[in-house]
Order: sequence, then structure tokens, then C-alpha cells
Amino acid sequence: MIRMIKRGKMSKRKSVVIRLLAVIFALVIFAILIRVMDLNPLDVYVALVKGAFGSVYRIREVIIKSTALVITSLGIAIAFKMQFWNIGGEGQIFMGAFAASYIALNYPELPKPLLLTLMIIAGMIGGGLWALIPAFFKAQWKTNETIMTLMMNYIALKWVMYLQYGPWKDPMALGFPKIANFSANAILPKVFGIHIGWIFALLLVVLVSVFFNHSKKGYEITVLGESENTALYAGIDIKKTILVAMFISGALCGLTGMIQASALNNTLSIDVSGGLGFTAIITTWLAFLKPFFILIVSILFAALLQGGSFIQTAFGIPQAAAELLQGMILFFVLASEFFIRYKLVMNRHQVANEKKGDN
Amino acid sequence: MNLISMEGITKTFGSVVANKNINFQVKYGEIHALLGENGAGKSTLVNMLSGIYTPDSGSIFVRGNEVRLTSPRASIDAGIGMIHQHFKLVDVMSAKENINLGQKNGFFIRDDILTKKILEFSNRYKLDIIPDKKVYEMSVGEKQTLEISKVLYRGANILILDEPTAVLTPQETKKLFSIMNKMKEEGCAVIFITHKMNEVMAVSDRITVLRKGETVKTVKTIDTNTKELAELMVGHPVDLAIRRDKVSKGKVLLEVKNLLAENEEKVEVLKNVNFTVEAGEILGVAGVAGSGQKELCETITGLYPVKQGDIFFKGEKLVGMSPRQIITRGISMSFIPEDRLGMGLVASMDMVDNLILKDYQNQKGFLINRKPAVKKAKNIIKELDISTPGVNNPIRELSGGNIQKVLLGRELGSNPELLITAYPVRGLDINVSYKIYDLINEEKKKGVAILFIGEDLDVLLELCDRIMVLCDGEITGILDAKKATKAKLGLLMAGEKNGKLGDAELD
Repeated sequence: MIRMIKRGKMSKRKSVVIRLLAVIFALVIFAILIRVMDLNPLDVYVALVKGAFGSVYRIREVIIKSTALVITSLGIAIAFKMQFWNIGGEGQIFMGAFAASYIALNYPELPKPLLLTLMIIAGMIGGGLWALIPAFFKAQWKTNETIMTLMMNYIALKWVMYLQYGPWKDPMALGFPKIANFSANAILPKVFGIHIGWIFALLLVVLVSVFFNHSKKGYEITVLGESENTALYAGIDIKKTILVAMFISGALCGLTGMIQASALNNTLSIDVSGGLGFTAIITTWLAFLKPFFILIVSILFAALLQGGSFIQTAFGIPQAAAELLQGMILFFVLASEFFIRYKLVMNRHQVANEKKGDN
Repeated sequence: MNLISMEGITKTFGSVVANKNINFQVKYGEIHALLGENGAGKSTLVNMLSGIYTPDSGSIFVRGNEVRLTSPRASIDAGIGMIHQHFKLVDVMSAKENINLGQKNGFFIRDDILTKKILEFSNRYKLDIIPDKKVYEMSVGEKQTLEISKVLYRGANILILDEPTAVLTPQETKKLFSIMNKMKEEGCAVIFITHKMNEVMAVSDRITVLRKGETVKTVKTIDTNTKELAELMVGHPVDLAIRRDKVSKGKVLLEVKNLLAENEEKVEVLKNVNFTVEAGEILGVAGVAGSGQKELCETITGLYPVKQGDIFFKGEKLVGMSPRQIITRGISMSFIPEDRLGMGLVASMDMVDNLILKDYQNQKGFLINRKPAVKKAKNIIKELDISTPGVNNPIRELSGGNIQKVLLGRELGSNPELLITAYPVRGLDINVSYKIYDLINEEKKKGVAILFIGEDLDVLLELCDRIMVLCDGEITGILDAKKATKAKLGLLMAGEKNGKLGDAELD
């Protein structure tokens, strides 16, 4: 029989090695799957890397994808730091995109800098207010935020769908259910061929890092996340802290929505998020809520997404199969936490034990 | 002849060696005390007897046969029964139903036969069990007796008691001891875990002392004394006297008037509480666990809602103020809560972040400057002799004693005028405990008013100036510590009002 024994403290290096091993295991298992599909796993993995970094265009795509992931993950990290499980990134992205689009569609002729600034502010407020609803319920009546934020995703999605198929449908689109494109002034400018969002993302990594490590609010959020009793004891205003943290969390997700709508879709649509709010939960978790790790993990994950879509076309692998790889990596890394906490030992007295113990 | 013999037992958890080559023998018909400081490995050792852990190496013999106790079931089958610190009883069931739980005796049970059997059994051991009394109606002492009966009824003749007296009044403790003696007469063996030396001297036949996971010595109780035992436990001579410094009393600092508080179920947890604490005085609070001590501390510090009544600090009304207001108003009150890591400190944060917990709000601006706290941390490490790899390690990596020192360091560092401490030495070893008593005395000399919630009556009697006894949220008496006795305190803890004690008061 194998028994598990709780480990003492583990060195940082060893725990990183275990997590890397988990990723490698995921790749190995996925390789078996590829083999079952009659393909050479090595070829597929090489193509995966090529698909992500093989050309300037592909690298740009990776950066664009990681931009959205970084900003959303930072937002989610703020909520998670407080142990407020914000699963509602998706909905907050939609509501941010919606609020920004409202400005873009109604004031298309404003000067570009003013219009974009207004859109950013609107996007952040839109996402922030949407996040404030579950925060209010949690602060006031201790409702379960996981369920509530999750459900509110669908409300936001259906709201945007309603707009797209209903009141905001573009009459010029010949009956096609789409919202009118933004004016040129409402589209984010490019820097080095990539929309300016990547600069926002880098700035935010630094800002959120400072927020966590040096600001009063960041400190309060961490204390509250660790123990509500301690927060009370320290004189922290618990309700206010929940509300503020969730507003910031939602605002960052809303900013992602604004960026996606403005720079990529050039309009509001139900595709504006594409599951970003959920993927960001994975990246946030894998990065231990640390801003600089979020940057790295997001880039790797974006590369995986980009490479994944490349191998779909290159090898004719179904999209679902490519997504399996993401799921496996997450699964293995989460499972590896067990090995960081426990070690397994073989029981030496096995045979004798079972004879006596079981009867 | 040995009933139990454990030979060369070793058990490790990760890199921690909890038990190292331990030898431990228990004879028929003896009460054997297992003595040691927290972390000495007492619980680990008996958990291997009760089948919760299995040893990494070494052998266990019961009645001369080697056994492998791989599960609690195997242990019960071997006649070993353990009474845990936290009772494992079903609240809504009666005594006999609890005893009968898990018994393999057919599908239907004749109620009257069961009652008869249990009464017979209860008389034999003088347990005084009322078979039809529900558990939720029982006092802590009755619950414990029921736990013991449950184990005995299953045929255990080796009984392990893990710190059984922590939750009992002195009178209940006495009763427990008489049950233990009765068992001894019946030829059973009792293993009694504790760190209270007076109890060991009072009830045990032999004592095995553990230190840092190893057996130091097994001695006969009649051949030893508390001083020697303390030395064996700690490893060097210790002075067991607690000083009580004479300090001329000052003015009243804290005044609590007709205080009433309710919990979430609208049950009164503090009933019409009245008392004062003066500068330069230690007011001890005694009472069985859960008599309202926690609520009392928390209402004073603004953490628990007050239903009625008043609390004055130097004449200023505290009721209605939030903890933040109390801090920002500059009311110099320090609180060392019972739950150190769950309330007083943040386990995952380092010392620096823990030191700023209560005063970061006084800094101006959006950011926190941690430099002064780093300096403070280094000072506290030096002054209180804290062993830690550095100021930036999460404090949960420190030992219990060092964690408590960090908390004390922060709270005393703010130069309070009122100090509230709840069980400040719980779980700490003798050296640290005495260091903490010294620190509290230092504060008293500075003229600080101190409210000391304690559990060890000997300590309360020696350290405090006055002792207030709480029972079920009510003050049953406030005694002068010099004139108080354990017996008196015990009666008050059990709910006898001061008035009825008129005669006892005089002697």
C-alpha cells in the first residue's frame, strides 16, 4: 500500500521543478493523443512553437492575445487576492465593451484622443459597476460570489446579444445581425504595428505590482483575504474594501473589453471576449496572483492558443482537441499541488498490516 | 508484566522528527502520566496507540503480543480507547444512544435491556450515567464521563486521555481523577497526557517525560517532585515562582457597566457585567472555556456588538466605536487575542507586514512606508529573543512561542495604557510562558491596566491582583487573589454566586 505523508517546507526551486514536470507530463499525455490521431507528436509540437513564434505576424498575434490576457488576469488577481472568487471576468469584459461602444457609437466625431479617453473611462466604469453588484451582495448579505459572478456572465452575454440582434443592429448591414463599425476616431492607434493595448498591459503590470506590495488598499485586501477576523481586528472597513477591490477588478476586465471592441473587432459583438474571462482565471492561478508571473504565464498561454489554432489548420486537428492541451496543462499543474504538499511512501510493514488491520 | 510496551518507536513528518526511538511501558493497574511541553511528541505517541498514525519504525506490544495498529478499529479491537480533547458525541442523542453507536449487536435493540446494562456498568465504575439524558443537556464534565463510558463499554481496558482537564472545573477534575482511580482498581491502565504538573503529582503512579521527541526518563511519582519534573521537561533548572510585584494602584482606567451582549442566535453571552480595572493592576478572568471570555474581550475592543450597557476608557465612552475609530482616536489599548494566527496576526505575511497591521492607517498618503517597521522588527527580535531566519519570512514558519512574541512585541510596542490578553501562554513551553509573565509584570509596573484571561488557576492565583470569575456570561464573583483559593474559584466557575459563599470567604 502507498501512504501519503505531509511534507515539511519545500524549497522554491523544488516546487518550480514539480510544476514544470506537470507541464511536461501534460505534453506527454497529449502526445499519446496525437499519436492516436495518427500524427507524429514531435512534428505537432514543433509546429506549435512555429505557429506561435514563426513569423512577425504570428508574434504580433501572440502579443495581441497576451495583452488581453494580462489585463484581465491582473483584474482577476486583485479579487482573488482578497479570496473573492471573481469568475465574472467574462461578463465584466462584455459590460466594459458595451459601455465603451455606447460612447463610440453615439459620439463618433469627437477628436480621437478625447473619444478614446472617454471610451476607456466608460469601459472601466462599465466593468467596475458590473463587478460591484456581486460585491455589494457579498458585503451586505454574504452571498456566494462564485455563483453570482458566474451567472452574471450570461446576463451580460445575452444583453450584448440582444443589442446586436435588436436595437443596435446596423440597418446598413443588409439584415445581417451586426452592430455598426466604430468610426476611425474610436479605434486604438498602433505602436510597432500592434495596437497600443500592449503598452497599457505593461504599465498595469507595474502598477498592480506596486498596488499589491506598497499601497494601503493592497495591504488591506491581502489581510482581508487571509482572515476576516484579522481585518476586523486591524480596524479595516471590510465592506468598503470588498467594494473597492471588486470595482478595480471589474474595471480592469472592462478595460480589456474596451480594447477588444476598439482595436480588434472595431465594434461590439458577442465575440468580443471569446472566453478570455475564463482563460484569465487559469493564467492568474498559474501565476500565483503575482503580476510579473502573470505577464510571463499570459505570454506562454497566448502562444499556446496561437500555436493551437495553427496546428488545427496545419494538421487538420479539431479545435476541441487543441483545447484539450490547455485543459490538460491546467489539470496537471493543479494536481501537482498535491505533490508539493504530500509525498508518497511505500509501507514497509504492508503484508502484516493488512492481515491484522482489515479483519 | 507490561500491558503495553512501545519499543524503539520513531515517527517523522516531513523533516520533523516527532518521535525518536521512544520506549514506553505501561503496567496493569497503573495511571501513567505522559508529560512534556508542547511539541514534545506526546500526542504523536498516543496517536500511534490509537491507530491514527503508524510508526515509521519500532514495535508495539499489547499484553506481550506484537500488534500493528493500522486503524482506529484495530486499536479498539486491541482494547485501547482514546478520549480526545474535543468530544466526539452526537448532541441530539441520549447517553445510551451514544454509547450504543457503532456497536455490532444486531439490528434491533431492546431499550430496557440496554438501559439496564448501562446502569450496571455505570455502577461498577461509579460513573453516574443517566442513560436517557441528551448530550446537549450535559455539562462538559458529564460529556467527558460519557466519552469514557463509551470507550469502556466497548471493552477497552487501556484508556488514553489527551489533556482531559483543560475544559474542566477543579471539582470536575476531582471527579475525573476518582474515575481514573476506580479504573485502576479494576486492573485497567490509564495513560494521562498533560502539561500540568500539579495534576500529575496528584493522580499518577508513574510518569514518563518526553522532550523534543525523545524519552527523557520514566519515574515513580512518589520519588519525584514538580521541580524535578519541570527540569526534566525543559532540560535545565527552572524557577517556577511567578512574581507578583507590588504596584500602588492608580485611577480607574476601564469601567464596564451593565454590559449585555447577544450572539447571532440571540442568546445572551454576556449578562449584566460590571467591573473596573485600575492602572497598575492585573485583573484575572477565570472561567470554564466558553463562559463569555472571548465576547468580553471583543466587546471592549469594539469587535463584538454590544446590546446594552457602557464601557468607559478613562471616562471616554467606547460603545458604538468601531475598531478603526478606537485606533485612530488614539485610545491606547492593546489586545492579544486568543486566536493568534486567525485574528492577531496574518500567518502568510512576514514580520514587517504584521507589525504595521494596526498603525499603517496612521501613515499619510496612498502608499505604505515599511522602513520604520523593518527597524522595529529587528528591535523586537533582539528584545524578545525571537528566533527567526529573518524579518521577511512568513510568520507561520515560526514556532508558537515566537509567533506569540511577535504579537506581544507589536502590542506592547504601542505603549498601551490598557492591555487585554486572552490565554497568552496557551500552547507555549515553560520558558516562554515565564518570559510572558515577566513582560506582563513589566507592563503592570509601568502603570498599565491589565485584563488577563487565563485558564491555569495556579497561574491566575499567583500573577493577578484580583480574579473575576465568569460563568455562563455572568460574573459570579470578584476575589482578591491573595485570599482566593482554587476551591473557591472552582465553586464560582460552576456558577455558585458569591453570596452563598459568605462563610468560605472568611477563611
